[in-house]
Amino acid sequence: MGNVILDVRNIHKQFGALKASDGISLDLRQGEIHALIGPNGAGKSTLIAQIAGRLKPDSGCVHFLDQDISLKSTAQRANLGLGRTFQVSALAMENTVLENVVLGALGKRGKVFSFFKSVMHDKNLLSQARATLERVQLIDDSNRITAELSHGQRRQLEVAVALTLAPKAFLMDEPMAGMGAEGSKKLTKLLRQLKQDAPILLVEHDMDAVFALADRISVLVYGKIIATGSVDEIRSNPDVRKAYLGDEEAT
Amino acid sequence: MINERVLNTLIALLLLVVPLFAWQLDEPFIITLATKAAILALAGVGLNLALGYGGLVSFGHATFFGLGGYTMGILASHAQSFTPIMESPFLIDGTKSMPIIWLVAIVISAFVAFIIGLLSLRTTGVYFIMVTLAFGQMLYYFSISWPAYGGEDGLSIYVRNEFPGLNTLDPIQFFGICYVLLMVVIFFMSKLNSSSFGLALNSARQNSERVQTVGISPFRLQLVAFTISGAVTGLAGALFADLNRFISPTMFSWHTSGEIMVFIILGGAARLYGPVAGAAIFILLEHVLGGLSEFWHIFLGAILLLVVLFAKGGLIGSVSKKAASHG
Repeated sequence: MGNVILDVRNIHKQFGALKASDGISLDLRQGEIHALIGPNGAGKSTLIAQIAGRLKPDSGCVHFLDQDISLKSTAQRANLGLGRTFQVSALAMENTVLENVVLGALGKRGKVFSFFKSVMHDKNLLSQARATLERVQLIDDSNRITAELSHGQRRQLEVAVALTLAPKAFLMDEPMAGMGAEGSKKLTKLLRQLKQDAPILLVEHDMDAVFALADRISVLVYGKIIATGSVDEIRSNPDVRKAYLGDEEAT
Repeated sequence: MINERVLNTLIALLLLVVPLFAWQLDEPFIITLATKAAILALAGVGLNLALGYGGLVSFGHATFFGLGGYTMGILASHAQSFTPIMESPFLIDGTKSMPIIWLVAIVISAFVAFIIGLLSLRTTGVYFIMVTLAFGQMLYYFSISWPAYGGEDGLSIYVRNEFPGLNTLDPIQFFGICYVLLMVVIFFMSKLNSSSFGLALNSARQNSERVQTVGISPFRLQLVAFTISGAVTGLAGALFADLNRFISPTMFSWHTSGEIMVFIILGGAARLYGPVAGAAIFILLEHVLGGLSEFWHIFLGAILLLVVLFAKGGLIGSVSKKAASHG
């Protein structure tokens, strides 16, 4: 096992009486895909939000590259190398595909406050942006308006934008959601390549994808991680079967 | 459908040709109308950066329009009465020089916009609208209750301010000044819109989380946009005061904020020439409908309603396709 890149330590987050995160500890190591699964309402989104920076934990902390990032903003975390994709695509829909990726490259480079040079003529940014579009196979769609893309293509674009940041870790919130079989397969292949770049914390509902991809799986139920282990360990864990997989196995 | 660039050029030419014809035909009133349209367009171009490109619905841009106006009024009134504005700790005299007045108006408006932005950009949606409105109203009531510069009655400046080499009292020459300033600012805005700042600001309007996720703080983008936006509207205020040779608290009132917003809605938000088209239509309607009935605002309201319901991109949006914004 590689070095620990992302380390979530004993996080608590409560909304009223609901304990959305009830002492969650979790780590992500170099070179792996660590999948996080759990039934609806288990607190996956809350956990992701705390790792990405949209929510602050009530107690506990998040370490990223040996640095406590619990109090840093989303933008600061991104600058440190946390690349994230969203469950519901968060893209600038009126802009072209290329503009969305150039924005990513711009975020990575910095120097946003330049007022006179045309950003879409910046050779460095463009070549970085085009390289990532090649990688996710969207290069032929560069000049299309993002709103015109299919659902699956938007997912690919999300990954492309995250890639422009050359992140040290990926945080992916249900990248397969709403994708057809064909699209899922394509994305599965892409994610397998991506883990060479940086480890991936993958929140996913699609069990086929999780079992095909994950090196380790953690199961979150009612704000607690009830098991962490390899694909086989999780498949055969009786608690997990009862809490979550039971229904899936039966069908 | 017309190409947006062609349409923009047409609008810019029209705004130039009409007063030139009027000048040939010796119709100074029409030149004055065109000047008013150019100045109000400039105020709209300022607001468009915040509202159109930045998605910040400011209902307080009269603050900057008024600040520009009062900057001109205060500097010029001291110059015409030969009394210094202050003597200690250092001497500040009034001035009749337009470039100095513009510069002061821009700096003061930018500074106030920065402060207002710093406080109001922590809120969004209807709260943002209310906070900006509140600042505008604060200055409105302050200007009413400040007798030194006319209070409620406003303040007249008897002679228009000076610009080196020009006779500013000649309508066509004053129009020329306003037109050139408008074009310079529009050129600056077009550069800004295709720059990296423009791309980030536009993306932040569409999806704030997207921008944060690539490591850019939307707050800073919006603060800079709001500051530049206020500065431009402040410059317009200084010109407007010079056009009328008169300032009054009305410049600060929320009607003024609303009118500047109307230019953008009529012409097309986030369109380079949207406010220019909007301000020109507004002046035209005011003149034509205002001649028919004192209650011309009813017709304006109806037109506005139609635009909002059926032509969301305003005039420019409905007759031209969206040009690649960062081409």
